[in-house]
Amino acid sequence: MSTEEVKETASVLSVHDDSIKVTEVLKEGDTLTFIIVSQKLSGTGEYHVDRTYEDFEWLQQHLFSQGDVPGIQGVIFPPLPAKPQVNASPRSIKQLGFLALGECQPYCKALETFLQQVAAHSILSKNKAVEVFLTSSDPPGRQKVKKNIFNRLSQAVEEMRKEGHKDVDEFFQNERDHNLILTGCTKTAAEKFLDVVATEQKIAVACGHFSTALHLCVEPGEDPDKQAFSRVCVKLSEVFESIKKNMTSVAENNVNTLGLGLDLESRYQEAEREMLFRRTCKLVELENAQRNVEKAKPVKKAAMEEVKKAAETEFEHTSGVAKQEIARFQGARVEMLQQALVGWCEKQLLTAKESADQFNQHLEVFRGMA
Amino acid sequence: MADTARDAPPEQTDFHELEDGEELFPEPATTQESQPASLAAEDISTNSNGPKQDSLFDDDPEDLFAEATEEVSLDSPERDVLLSDGPSPAITPITPPTSVITPRIGHTHDDMFTHSSFDEIEEEEGGDSFDIHISVSDPEKVGEYMTSMSLFKRNEFAVKRRFSDFLGLHSKLASKYLHIGYIVPPAPEKSIVGMTKVKVGKEDQSSNEFVEKRRSALERYLMRTVKHPILLKDPDVLQFLESSELPRAVSTQALSSAGLLRMVNKAADAVNKMTIKMNESDAWFEEKQQHFENLDVQLRKLHTSVESLVCHRKELSVNTAQFAKSAAMLGNSEDHTALSRALSQLAEVEEKIDQLHQDQANADFYLFSELLGDYVRLLTAVKGVFDHRMKTWQKWQDSQMLLQKKREAEAKLQFTNKPDKLQQAKDEIKELEGKVQQGERDFEQISKTIRKEVSRFEKERVKDFKTIIIKYLESLVQTQQQVNKTVSDIFHHN
Repeated sequence: MSTEEVKETASVLSVHDDSIKVTEVLKEGDTLTFIIVSQKLSGTGEYHVDRTYEDFEWLQQHLFSQGDVPGIQGVIFPPLPAKPQVNASPRSIKQLGFLALGECQPYCKALETFLQQVAAHSILSKNKAVEVFLTSSDPPGRQKVKKNIFNRLSQAVEEMRKEGHKDVDEFFQNERDHNLILTGCTKTAAEKFLDVVATEQKIAVACGHFSTALHLCVEPGEDPDKQAFSRVCVKLSEVFESIKKNMTSVAENNVNTLGLGLDLESRYQEAEREMLFRRTCKLVELENAQRNVEKAKPVKKAAMEEVKKAAETEFEHTSGVAKQEIARFQGARVEMLQQALVGWCEKQLLTAKESADQFNQHLEVFRGMA
Repeated sequence: MADTARDAPPEQTDFHELEDGEELFPEPATTQESQPASLAAEDISTNSNGPKQDSLFDDDPEDLFAEATEEVSLDSPERDVLLSDGPSPAITPITPPTSVITPRIGHTHDDMFTHSSFDEIEEEEGGDSFDIHISVSDPEKVGEYMTSMSLFKRNEFAVKRRFSDFLGLHSKLASKYLHIGYIVPPAPEKSIVGMTKVKVGKEDQSSNEFVEKRRSALERYLMRTVKHPILLKDPDVLQFLESSELPRAVSTQALSSAGLLRMVNKAADAVNKMTIKMNESDAWFEEKQQHFENLDVQLRKLHTSVESLVCHRKELSVNTAQFAKSAAMLGNSEDHTALSRALSQLAEVEEKIDQLHQDQANADFYLFSELLGDYVRLLTAVKGVFDHRMKTWQKWQDSQMLLQKKREAEAKLQFTNKPDKLQQAKDEIKELEGKVQQGERDFEQISKTIRKEVSRFEKERVKDFKTIIIKYLESLVQTQQQVNKTVSDIFHHN
């Protein structure tokens, strides 16, 4: 399916956005394939499709290149997680953060969230690419889409100059300032939490080693002292297996609740930042156009006026969409984070109780040992 | 030297140290340390009339012990900066313990030691000093004194002891008992780095940890020493525990356990060089030696494992603290009130959990790591006694060989006309015969002693480990419950 075909028709998504699930990931050599299941709106069943990361990128490119949709630049695009690698380099692991931990559950969850958010977006869901992605049994075309206005590289160059450009609207200036602070804080918090989880995993491994080492202390023989010591070692080995399990659970809980939450929040803050930047660029464009009109010689004045009007319209559309997006975003992120925190608490309580019970059992065993 | 009357058995001694220096170490709660479960009074021996020679070789010498606390304080070891491998301890070797093990341990022995060959060294004044309280469990000295009481009273003693005093005590005991087969618990290591930090006055965590580590090590050292039924009765030990003033150890080149190890290794090397092919008539010894070799390897592995665990725990603590800070910052930057509050509470929870992790790391460390370390060092003492047995055997064999030679020489002399030389030879032979007999007796004695010691050691080992494990599990359970409480408090506030 070519890109032109896709762009022509807007569509209505035929699946429930909250039913979209990334159910599993298949590994063939270096390729990862994700299985995506979604429920039909008509209630007549579900769609099963398999997609690679490149397919996700294809979808994202299509969403980015909707230049004809008014105010599209004001949209906060749901962030796509970074590319996963089977034998990941340290840099890519760092980039993935929480999503690199665990088997692939966190990563699949992140992809799932991405799809759900795209499908739930009033503007984005209308793009045919979304429907194709979720329902077509054939893989979507994998040709490179033409360069779009959201090419990050070009942004980087201008970023330094334009990002600090003073805004004409107090609401937006506040939002930009606030976003800047929050982006930094969230990123730091996510990184620090990742360190915590990584250490927890190290402890789990160390416990496993200790448990194994204890087994080596078991001595054969009928000497009662030897047997007594062997018993002690075996029991202690079990204790440390429990501790290992506890630590592993704690780490898993952390990743799946707060870890994912912080990760998503961090990426979303970046997405908002990019949107605000785009709008700022539009502002700069507009202000340039205004200056050009004032400076223009009478011959050129009308043409400049046209340019200015176009820039104005685009800026207004963008700002309008942006305002809506920001409101929606703020509501959604608060809810998401609160859920993450609540989930974290619940899981911790559960694990702590389970562990306390287990340790108590071990304690009884030891106390009972003659 | 003991000021207190010895009519009633002194059950408890407190060692307090009051220095004019700063208190680097705030009074730790000694109560926690003073419950050595392993010393709970199980059976009180009914041998309250004083130990007979044979009773010392009872199979359950632990019966004499009951719970009591004594506190030992520690003064600045600025004086024992010298790190040498203490060749021979500068103490007059005392005769074997047979003379010590009498029903009455009187002052006479103390006096003998007080005025023995310890030189007075000038007191160094000032410097950093710190106050440490150690609780050590003192066994009841029920059968020690010529009273027929089978009850026990508690008296508290407070004495000041320097680190070098501990080392001095150990070197005395080692010189007296190791070579006849008693497993003398090794003294804690010196640590120049750690001590220097403390002296410099750094109040940071690592120097506090060092101080606590040392305090704990000394407490365990004393406990092990007094748990030993023979060592307990040694006048040096009694003097150490009760005298208000100890004569200074001659030099600070006291034999630390590192020094001991070096000595043992030297002895072992010497033994190996002589390629003693000892005719091991007793398979028990061979088997036990192998067993201890294996145990040594295993314990070292465990120790390494635990150290790495402790390291990670500390790392976790640091990381959790950092995360807590970043969460707090996030909470502060957050506009939305409820979310801001939730994030701040998250930061609070994490901080509390961090504290729990710290405690857990400490528990791991003190309990397991130190225990394993202690046993690794104890095993060197064990190996030492086995080596001494070999040396004793060698000595005996040498005497025998020499006797053989002398007999041959005498036989030859019989055919010559040298009555003086013949007489001399006969005298020498007589002397050597005595030596050979003594050598054999020594060898049998040390073998017998080692058997007893090993049996006691093995039992103690099991008990020690069990006790520590129970303590550890209790702390684990507590930690989990605290995590539970902390998190649920926050949770229910939302």
